Parts: sequence; structure tokens; C-alpha cells
Amino acid sequence: MIEVDQLSKRFGPVTAVDGLSFAVRPGHVTGFLGPNGAGKSTTMRLILGLDHPNTGTATIGGKRYRDLVEPLRVVGALLEAKAVHTGRSAYNHLLVLAQTQGLPRKRVDEVIDLVGLRDVADKRVGGFSLGMGQRLGLAAALLGDPRVLVLDEPVNGLDPEGIVWVRNLMKYLAGQGRTVFVSSHLMNEMAVTAEQLIVIGRGRLIADCATDEFIARSSQRSVLVKSPDAARLTELITAEGGLVKANNGQALTVGGLPAPRIGELAAREGLVLHELTPQLASLEEAFMELTRDSVEYDSRTSQPAATKIQASPTEGTR
Amino acid sequence: MSTVTPAPPAPVALASAPVRFGRLLLSEWTKIRSVRSTVASLGLLVVLTLGFTALLTWLTVSQWSRADPSQQRQLMADPVSTILSSGFQLSQLTICVLGVLVITSEYATGMIRASLLAVPHRVPMLAAKSVVFAVLVFVVGELVAFPSFFIGAAILHGRAPVSLGDPGVLRAVIGSGLYLAVLGLFALAIGGLVRHTAAGITGVIGFVLVLAPLAQLLPGSFGKHVHAYLPSEAGHLIAQAHQGPHDLLTPWQGFGVFCLWTAAALGAAAYLLQRRDA
Repeated sequence: MIEVDQLSKRFGPVTAVDGLSFAVRPGHVTGFLGPNGAGKSTTMRLILGLDHPNTGTATIGGKRYRDLVEPLRVVGALLEAKAVHTGRSAYNHLLVLAQTQGLPRKRVDEVIDLVGLRDVADKRVGGFSLGMGQRLGLAAALLGDPRVLVLDEPVNGLDPEGIVWVRNLMKYLAGQGRTVFVSSHLMNEMAVTAEQLIVIGRGRLIADCATDEFIARSSQRSVLVKSPDAARLTELITAEGGLVKANNGQALTVGGLPAPRIGELAAREGLVLHELTPQLASLEEAFMELTRDSVEYDSRTSQPAATKIQASPTEGTR
Repeated sequence: MSTVTPAPPAPVALASAPVRFGRLLLSEWTKIRSVRSTVASLGLLVVLTLGFTALLTWLTVSQWSRADPSQQRQLMADPVSTILSSGFQLSQLTICVLGVLVITSEYATGMIRASLLAVPHRVPMLAAKSVVFAVLVFVVGELVAFPSFFIGAAILHGRAPVSLGDPGVLRAVIGSGLYLAVLGLFALAIGGLVRHTAAGITGVIGFVLVLAPLAQLLPGSFGKHVHAYLPSEAGHLIAQAHQGPHDLLTPWQGFGVFCLWTAAALGAAAYLLQRRDA
């Protein structure tokens, strides 16, 4: 269980994390999403005690990371930036870490086999590919058999086989009742891996809910309308408060109005419709939509950048 | 690779603080011995220092008739200092660079993050690193000092005979290893303060090689005192058999001053390590 409470971190004039609160529960994979610069890595570094927060707390099982006595036995972390001395072999890197926690050499061999680095265990890390580096980072994270895993972009640089492997590994570990907190910029990857999502933008919480719910909530955002009277229909939709996002001759992509309402408008005016299709957003689109909203909102007004969406399935007014 | 089962290690009761520090010492030792360049540099240091000591003392002897009488008197008064200081030229530079690298290489590669995740209290990591590096440099320093002394003494024998039994000589030979160990710690502390290899090496070399001659240019007694209390100037007095006529400090006083400098630098490095984001 990871708990983040009112966490803030400023770097000079830039607020990287801004009053962030959420909890990551054991037993399933929790995805941590946000555009570049949203503060994902900083949040993870704050949880891991590498950075000091300006305000707020981050705890793991009720303790701050720095108060953990043998931290690698409790929390396994994979950081986005490399955290390996390039002149050392993979085996010696893991041995250095194992020795700090009193873990036996046998365990180093186990994690090397686990991540499939046996053939290169004695090679210097400096020559490793991105994918091999990620595997070594995962081996380091799993070294102490931790109950909590904090993984920053773990599939970065992995080949398709490796991506499937990491995905299954995370699900397997979560299935054992561990807490798995994983950041990614690959939304579709999260759609098939994470059951829970925490979405942030500009250091603030945008959404904290189940992945299914996150997609469902955003799924009827737009409607594809095809009509020979597209110009007239556009006027009607705009007058009704809808937004025509794209106009491709006779095909309109409409936001802000549900499909039934558009159909009613057309019927009232006697306009012919060739197609009226609610567009199901992928997680990727849902995510873009949400974060774009937060950015636009912020630039037009002085109000808070992100409007937090409550985790409720009935979302009518927004 | 399709089915993965991380085999859980047997649950272990939390170890006591001394046991945990012992583990950190072991881990830091693994860090040092597992990077090839460190091991190679230390090996090279031993070979080259012995070579230089032999070469420089031999040059001194071969130029003996051309040296002026005051130089001859100085050498005969404290031959062990001449022998040891000829090797210092090289070994102290190597130790400065290695001391800085021991910590800045962790920052340069990102290893520091892995280190601090394993030791979130941070200062025990720095302490363990300091102890391991200082002991290693001391051992290597003695492996250089004793052979250097015997080689140098054999070459000087005809002009300025000296033996380990002479007053202060054994202390000076052991002291040269002590000096290198504390110099290594001083460099490590500077490396920890600046966190960048190039800046760290420049800073330490500045302290050790540039500041001393500059301070000598300062006028009068003030300049003399500043010069005498500079870290490396004070520190290397321990490698003399006795206080020279122009020295303000005794060998042990000088070494004490050097230790104070080093302790202050390490303290500052520890404080900043705690406070800064990694």
C-alpha cells in the first residue's frame, strides 16, 4: 500500500508535483499516467525518498521510505534514468545491492535467471542495450522479493517479447497480493496491464479510478455524423452547445452532444442523416482528451489546471 | 521465460545496526574492487611510484657533487623525507583523482540512486565508502612506502645513510601511507560536495598543488602561517623524520591539521548528502 498525501515538490519556479493525494492498493497493477513533464517520475522519486517534498508525505505501508530498515526487502524500484555503474558487470551490480541488505549470492543468481540475463551477467553494463538495461533494473527491483514495486516506464526499450513478459510479470506479482505501481506513457499498454489508473497532469490529479471506468467515461465523447446537409447541421449543433471538432465535407465529428440528441435535432429540421455513430475512445484518446482539457482550461482561466474527476460511473455534468 | 516465479528468500529477522554497517562495508568493497579502472590505477600507482623513487633518489646521488651545500645538509638531516616525497609527486595525484571518482562516478552513472535506495539514510553509505577507501589507500600506501624507503635508502646509502631504526623514520614511513589515506578521504569529500568528476578533480588538485605555491607568495608571517596550515602542506609533515628548521608545525600537529580539514569536508559532504535531492 502506497499512500501519497498532499504531496508537493517545486524545482525553483516550476511546481512539478502540486498537492497530489492518492493511494495505491495491493493486489492489482495500478497504472500511473500523465503526459511528459506531468510529474510522474518526480512523484515516484518522492515516494522513494530520493527527492525531498516541499509539503506533504508519501508512505509505504505507513512508513516513509527513509524509515525502512532494509528497504530493498520492502520496496523494489525501477527508475526511468539508469541507476547502474557502467564499468561494473551485471552480476557485481546486483551483488553490491544484495550485500547492503544481507541477501545471499544465491538470490543474485536467481534474479539474473528470472530476467534472462544469464549469458551477459559477467559483461560490463556499459555495453548493454536499452532492453538489457531494463531487465537489469527489474532484476534489481525484484532482488529483495519486495511486497511493493515502483516501476517507472518498465517496458521502455523492450522488444515485443519483453513487453509481454513484463506485462505478465507485473500481473503475476500483483496476483500474489503485492502492490504494483507502474508509470507509462503508453496508454494502450496500460489498458491491457493496469486495473486501476492514476492520471496526473501538471503535477495534479486528473483521475483516480478503474481502467474500465476511465475508458467508459470518455467513450461517448464524440459522435461521427454524416449528412448531405452538413453545413446546416453544423449550425444547429453549435447553437445547441455542441462542438464540431472536424469537418470533412459531409462527415462531422461532434463533441459535447450525445448521439440521440444530434438525431433529434436532425429529425426536427428534417435533415437527412447517412450515419450517426458514437465514437468509442481508446484509452489513448481518453487520456489525450483529459490532459488536453486540463491544459486548455489552465491557459484560458486562472482556475486550477486540472479538474479532478470523481470516481463515479454517472458522469453527466462536466 | 514464459512463466516466472520469483522464489522468495527465506524471511530474515532485521539485523542490528553494526551488522548492517558491516554489510555496507562489504558492499562498498565490492563496488571498489569490481570496477577495473580503480584496480588498474592502484596497481599502476605502486609500480610507478617505486620507479620514480628509485629514479629521483638516483639522480640526487649522481648530481651530489653539483648540489649546493645547504641542499646537501638538508638531505642528510632528513633523508627519509627526500625518499618519500619523491614518490608523493605521483601517488598523491592518483589518490586525489581516485578519491574524487569513488563518489562522483556514482553521480555520473546514476548508480547513486541505486545506492541511496538501498541505504535511504544516506550517511551510513558515505561512512562505509570512506572507511573502505581509506583502508584500501592506507594498505596500498604502505605497500608503496616500505619498498620505496628500502630502495631509496639503498641508493642514498653512500651519501646519507638512513635506517628504519633512526628516530622518527618508521613513523615517517608509516605516516606516508596515513597521509595518502587521509588525502583520499579529503578528495572523496570534495567529490561528494561538488558531485561532478571534472569539478571535483580540479578542486582537489587546486587545493593540493595550486594553493600551496600561491600561499607562499603571501607576504611575511601571515603567508607563512596560511601556507603551513593548508591541508596537504600540513599533512605531509607526517612523512618527515622530524620537524624541519622552517616548519611551523611538528609532524603530528601537521597531520592533525590535515585531519581537521578532512573531517570538516566530510561533515559538509554528509550534511549536503542528507539535504540534497539525489
